[in-house]
Amino acid sequence: MIKIENLTKRYGKFYALNDISAAFYKGQTVSLLGPNGSGKTTLIKSILGLVIAESGVIKVNGHDVKKDWAYKADIGYMPQIGRYPENMTIRQVIRMLKEMRKDVNSYDEELIERFSLRAIEHKTMKSLSGGTRQKVSACLAFLFRPNLLIMDEPTAGLDPVASEILKNKIALERDNGKLILITSHVISDLDEITSHVMYLQDGALVFYKTAEELRASTGEERLNKVIAAIMQNGYAYENHR
Amino acid sequence: MKVQRLRSTQILLLTILFLFPATGFGKLFKVSSGSISIQSAINVAHDGDTLFITAGKYLQHDIVVNKRITILGEPNAIIDAVSKYQGFLIQHDSVFIQGIQVSNTGRTAVTDMAGIKVINAKGVRIFNCKLINNSFGIYLQNSTACTVSNNLVQSTIANEINGGNGIHAWKSGNLLINNNVVSGHRDGIYFEFVTDSKILSNRSEHNLRYGLHFMFSNNDAYSKNVFQDNGAGVAVMYSNHVLMTDNIFTHNWGEAAYGLLLKDITDSKILHNRFIKNTVAIYMEGTTRVDVKRNLIEDNGWALRVQASCSGSNFNENNFLGNSFDVATNGTLMLNYFDRNFWDKYDGYDLNKDNIGDVPYYPVSMYSVVTEKIPPAMILYHSVFTNVLDEVEKVLPTLTPDKLKDDHPAMRKIAL
Amino acid sequence: MHMKTIVKYVLLDLIKNKTVAVYTIVLFILSFSVLGMSGNISKGILSLLNVTLLFVPLINLLFSTIYFFNSSEFIELLLAQPVKRKTMLLANYTGVATALTAAYVIGIGVPVMMLAFNPASLMLLLSGVFLTLVFSAIGLLIFVIFSDKTKGIGAAIVTALFFTLIFDGLLLAFIYSFSDYPIDKPVIGFISLNPIDLGRILVLLKLDVAVMMGYSGALFKKFLGSFIGIAYACTCLLIWVALPLIASVRIFRRKNL
Repeated sequence: MIKIENLTKRYGKFYALNDISAAFYKGQTVSLLGPNGSGKTTLIKSILGLVIAESGVIKVNGHDVKKDWAYKADIGYMPQIGRYPENMTIRQVIRMLKEMRKDVNSYDEELIERFSLRAIEHKTMKSLSGGTRQKVSACLAFLFRPNLLIMDEPTAGLDPVASEILKNKIALERDNGKLILITSHVISDLDEITSHVMYLQDGALVFYKTAEELRASTGEERLNKVIAAIMQNGYAYENHR
Repeated sequence: MKVQRLRSTQILLLTILFLFPATGFGKLFKVSSGSISIQSAINVAHDGDTLFITAGKYLQHDIVVNKRITILGEPNAIIDAVSKYQGFLIQHDSVFIQGIQVSNTGRTAVTDMAGIKVINAKGVRIFNCKLINNSFGIYLQNSTACTVSNNLVQSTIANEINGGNGIHAWKSGNLLINNNVVSGHRDGIYFEFVTDSKILSNRSEHNLRYGLHFMFSNNDAYSKNVFQDNGAGVAVMYSNHVLMTDNIFTHNWGEAAYGLLLKDITDSKILHNRFIKNTVAIYMEGTTRVDVKRNLIEDNGWALRVQASCSGSNFNENNFLGNSFDVATNGTLMLNYFDRNFWDKYDGYDLNKDNIGDVPYYPVSMYSVVTEKIPPAMILYHSVFTNVLDEVEKVLPTLTPDKLKDDHPAMRKIAL
Repeated sequence: MHMKTIVKYVLLDLIKNKTVAVYTIVLFILSFSVLGMSGNISKGILSLLNVTLLFVPLINLLFSTIYFFNSSEFIELLLAQPVKRKTMLLANYTGVATALTAAYVIGIGVPVMMLAFNPASLMLLLSGVFLTLVFSAIGLLIFVIFSDKTKGIGAAIVTALFFTLIFDGLLLAFIYSFSDYPIDKPVIGFISLNPIDLGRILVLLKLDVAVMMGYSGALFKKFLGSFIGIAYACTCLLIWVALPLIASVRIFRRKNL
């Protein structure tokens, strides 16, 4: 579904992404991991066409993202920070998106219900807490039933209950055969839904493995421990192996 | 009808005889358009006789008046000079002409063609005449003690070249020009080498150049006149001892228009006039000892443009209201004095409550100095930059002439 | 289709924006008090011209810059939808410019039309609207050039300062240095480089103080006062709206969000 070939993105001398190649397929839940500034967000923004890379090719469902924008119709995106025009209400934001997506007429509003947003949909965005805004962002990501979900630190601002709801939703959609890309600097509670782990550091791809492979190679059962071990040892671990 | 006319004429005559006994008991000639020409009537008349011209159009011209006679016109007695000739040529003292209309004189560059021309005569009186569409209206040449009253002098000329002046006086003295209305000429009233004369209560408007034009004329006074909407306002030049009081200079609004333009004027007084809505209210160049006192100067572009060539003039107790620029000057040295005026732009204080500001007022703004030096800077008029410039200059005066100030600015409008 | 939707919702947001409301109300009160107090319509218009020249560029530029920067995450979210970047950007501009224009028209236009309707006040309105469109377009340009909001606001302040103050200072220096030469034409050329000057002269030439400009340079009044001059100034102002927009779209096409 997504094919990345030799992707490089530089900001001046700084390499945000350095020669990344990877492929993601239906039914996968890929955790993009790495410390702050490792290039996770740059990578997903490149997929979304928000960041324009110097070299390399990204193809989504066979479409080159540099040449076309229609491919985005199949992507649901939940940004890291959800900031909205402050005087818009939740209802207006949802309506606006719906009006922009006239191509879709069947909406997935499960999260809206489960987060109980209906009750507060008349509130303006500036009056909402960061967590509630994250909920809105999550709802919008699923709204048009995309086959591809890209979520940037989805659980960061959410309370444990909401986090659980979102996780269940992600799991459900994965089971429906969708591809889900999630970035996180800690894997913690994505543990049980992750099928693949992609680890970036300083813009470079350190490894891209299935969860099973990782568990097997480290002997740890819980992924977060696996990653913690990797992060502590850094490259040493990889090289050592 | 005829009887009635005669009767009114008789009443008029009686009045005149009563008022002017000096006229004597001359004969009365009646001239009507069908009868003999006015000139023939004059030719047979004697000093002291009266010519009565009945209503009608007279295609007659260059009527020479060489006897001490009275010429009376019935309303609508019109002398038409068919755009080729002149009207009356008065060449004798004490001629009295009243109620006649003279129209359509010729316009040439060679002779000044006038509706009524007085040449080398004394004590001529021109009353209640109408001078319509002439090159020159009333023309006084080398004449003294003449009176021009209550006349209507109108023309509609298109340019300065083919137009003459409304009331034109040259090399004359002791004239009285009063209560006339002059419009549409080159200059409304023109004085050249005229002395000891008075211009009172006239109205001079919509003239192409100046409402009043004064050259080499000393010891004259003009008061209570209204000069309005003239191309370039009023010009008083190369004269001394001119008294200007109670006049209104208004709406002389154009790219080169002045309320009052003074050039090489000495020992004169400008008192109690009103200058409203002129591009420049008073422009002074080469003036010496001119007192400008108790005038209202309101809503003009520049209230005063005082060139550096002026000296010894005093500006006292004037009201300066709503002018874009109060004073402009082209020099840094100021030999004229401003004192006790009211300036609406003054923002000083009066702690001792004596109605006199405690700090001086500097009427020359920075921007006015700049535009005086480099006129194209006018393109920045009302820009934020120039506004800021003026404010800075107020705090830290550097460019404006520091001697040009009013040390006793009035806190309140002066009652005039 | 996308354009319309985005414009609509940006407007819905801005209708409830406090800054826009305060801006409108301040202009409105100011207009009424200035026109009511001065008695002389021409003077009132002149005062409102000064207000317009001082505040409209600065406020519109700052407001639009800040608004665009504040919307950057939302713009990002919307760009994750199948929308053209150009459409997205121009729609946002249209929304902001429309709201600010409405603020000016209500704040200055309504009182002026009620109390001082004449050619000069119409010209004031036209100039104010042009300045609004120009400076919100420059705000957009600043937004697409700078990635950092603080730097963007700094640039907006400097730009506003440049056009309201510094430019005219430089122009005066130029006029001063070359005052011995016939510089009327170059001066008109330079004036075209500053939208604020263009707006100012358009209004001045409709007021009776225009003769003061003709007094010193016949060309100013003759050229700029004529129909051709007005058309020229308006064309320049239109270019001043278009250029930042075109540049914004071009830069935004390659911008990393």
